[in-house]
Parts: sequence; structure tokens; C-alpha cells
Amino acid sequence: MSATMENAAPESFRQRLARHELSLERDETRALQVNVGLVCNLSCGHCHLEAGPARSEMMERPVMDQVIAAAARLPFAVIDVTGGAPELVPELPYLLRGLAPHTQRLIVRTNLVVLEGERGKPLMELYRDLGCVLVASLPASNQAQTDAQRGAGVWERSMAALKQLNALGYGMPESPLELDLVSNPSGAFLPAPQLEAREKFRRDLARRHGVSFHNLYTFANAPLGRFRHFLERSGNLEAYLERLASGFNPCTVSGVMCRSQLSVDWTGRLYDCDFHLSRGIDMGGEERFLRELTELPAPGTPIPAADHCYACTVGAGFT
Amino acid sequence: METYYDPKDLGSFAEIGKDAPELAGKFFDYYNEVFAEGELSEREKALIALAVAHTVQCPYCIDAYTRACLEKGSHLGEMTEALHVVTAIRGGASLVHGVQMRKIAEKLSL
Repeated sequence: MSATMENAAPESFRQRLARHELSLERDETRALQVNVGLVCNLSCGHCHLEAGPARSEMMERPVMDQVIAAAARLPFAVIDVTGGAPELVPELPYLLRGLAPHTQRLIVRTNLVVLEGERGKPLMELYRDLGCVLVASLPASNQAQTDAQRGAGVWERSMAALKQLNALGYGMPESPLELDLVSNPSGAFLPAPQLEAREKFRRDLARRHGVSFHNLYTFANAPLGRFRHFLERSGNLEAYLERLASGFNPCTVSGVMCRSQLSVDWTGRLYDCDFHLSRGIDMGGEERFLRELTELPAPGTPIPAADHCYACTVGAGFT
Repeated sequence: METYYDPKDLGSFAEIGKDAPELAGKFFDYYNEVFAEGELSEREKALIALAVAHTVQCPYCIDAYTRACLEKGSHLGEMTEALHVVTAIRGGASLVHGVQMRKIAEKLSL
């Protein structure tokens, strides 16, 4: 099955918006997502960026300085550091120390297993000392689905890392050290409703592993990158695209994440979201760099719509 | 190859209402109400439906409720255990009739 998004989906996302008399445009921009590179110790089957050990893209200090300077001059309430695996970027501590004073909420996305061993301990302590919010990937509350998506042995290693984080105070009830989980489905199906999934994860992880966390967020997989290759290989592409498109919920458009965040890559180039980043769709449709930004995009600034946007507007929507 | 079962037919289920719309409407209203969150969660109801689908051996239902179970947050271990529950009941229903067999055989035998 090699149908493209355009000819497999019954109606393009742009057409769908028009039919509902909707447009995709910026609200107040509050968050900056910083993608520090595509190098990763895992090669997860759902990764829209196709991050992995063979990738070499990585943010270096000159671009980090531009990001820190932007955080100082622009009012980002949230800064969200992602990858790849951010922990594999050697200058990550420099970046985090530089960003922490300039935002109320500094988030680091972690795949957990990268925190094991000698590399992990000082990083976890740095996260704690800076008050970073940790958002950890965990697709399921069971070994089979987790290992199927993220690689053999990842489940056991993730549980070990979560226990270490709990021991530091992360994710414990009443603790200010916030540890949240993110679950993407381990296949060509949509995620469970967030509240129900959260309670099931909480029950399963506490009962079987003594692991505690604060929040769980569920996201649909975008039909991009390595996940799209899986959809094509497995003959699921057409049905999955149809499912995303047929589940379009017009009420979700006002809350999609791209309306309130910017995404910057390891070269300093700007996008409206991490999915657009993976496709090279520039912020506002025009190549721009964070170092040039003197003010945040005004509310009402158009956001380029693409067919992968259906992944954020299906069902209850994903923000 | 022609077959009685085509997975795409599942999407045409609503067409069953074309010649009997009132009955179909009542059935689908009831169906949707049954599967809504109640004393049991939607996830639990989907697991029951999946298990029953196997006992009535309905390929459409197996297709629909395998996906539904995954999308309600169940995993393959839980889904497989649900099948064993109905398998045990189905097997048990056969085996417990052995009591009838034994009573009849005893009555007939010297």
C-alpha cells in the first residue's frame, strides 16, 4: 500500500477546515518547544521524526545560546525540551541551566531508558535541582505493547528508571517534582480516552510495580516518519488515514497545540509544531529562525494546514 | 476471491435500516446506550463484547471489538484472558451436561 495522504484521505485537512468554515491560526503563543536533535538510543516504531542511534542531528552551543537569548527576551510561560533523546546531547545541562530562569515551566521529555547507568544519575539530579517537569514516554502499562513499540527490554528498563525517579521524589503524591507520562498507541489504532487511560496506568503501575506518576497524556500517532512506514508495510495506511479523517471533530481545532506554541529545531529554524518540523513545513509557511524573532507571532497569524493535522483533531482531540 | 464476508461490509451496517428504519433506529439507539459508560466502563463492556463475539463467531464483531478494546486501553493479555473466560463457560456448558448423560446412562444400565 503506497497511497499518499492526499489521495488516500477522502478530503484534505485544508478542505475539511473550509467545509466547517474554520481556519487554523495562532492564538496567544505561550510555549516554545525546543527539539535538540534526532540522535536517540531507541528507534521507536511510532517515531514521526525517525530518531535513532544512526542520526547525527544535534543542537550545539551557538544555537543553544540563541534559544536561551530568545527565552530571555520573549515571554514563554512553558519551554519544552524534546528530541530524539535530549540526554544524548552533550550540552543539554548548559541549555537547561540557561533556560530555567526564563520560564515558569521547563519540561524535559525523556525516554527513561537513556537515564540508566552513570549518565543518568547526575542528569536526574540536575532535573530535580532546576525543578524541571519530566514527561516520560510509556505507550502502555504492560511489557508486550511497550517493547513492541520501543524495542525489546525497554519495559523493564523503563520501570527501573521510573523507580529511580520516584526515589528522587519525582511523580510522588504531593511532591512538587512533576513526572508525567505520555502514551502513544503501539499500533494502527487510536489512543484510549485520557482520563480512563490515566486511571488504568495508575492502577497497573502501582499494583504491579510500585511506580507512581502525576499525569498521563494520550496522543494519536501522526502518519509520518517511521510510523507511516509501518502503516504502509502492514497494509494499514488507507484505513488509518480514513479513521483519522472520519473522526475529525471541529470543536478540537480551537485547542490544538500549534495555536499556542512554537517549535525550534537544532539549527534554530522555526515551525508551528513538531509534526510540521518532521515534514519541513516552516512556521507560517516561510523559513525563519528563532534568533530573528523580536516578538511572538500575533494572534490570527495563519498556520499552514497539512493532512497529518488530522492526528490532532480526531475524537476528543490532542493538545 | 468471492466470499460471504467482506470486512468493508461492516461500514455498511447502517444500511440495514433502509427497509425497516424504525426497527433499525430502535436497535441502534439501544445498542449505543448499552455500550455507553454505566455501572461498567466502556472498556469493560468492550471486553465482554469481544469475548461474546468469539462465542457467536461473528467476524464483524471480532474485527470491531478487537479495535475497540485496544482503543479503550486494553492490551492483548487482558483480551486473551477475556476469551478464556467465555471459552471456559462454553466448555463448561458442554461438560456440565455430562451430569445428564450420567443420570440417563445410570437409569438405562443394570
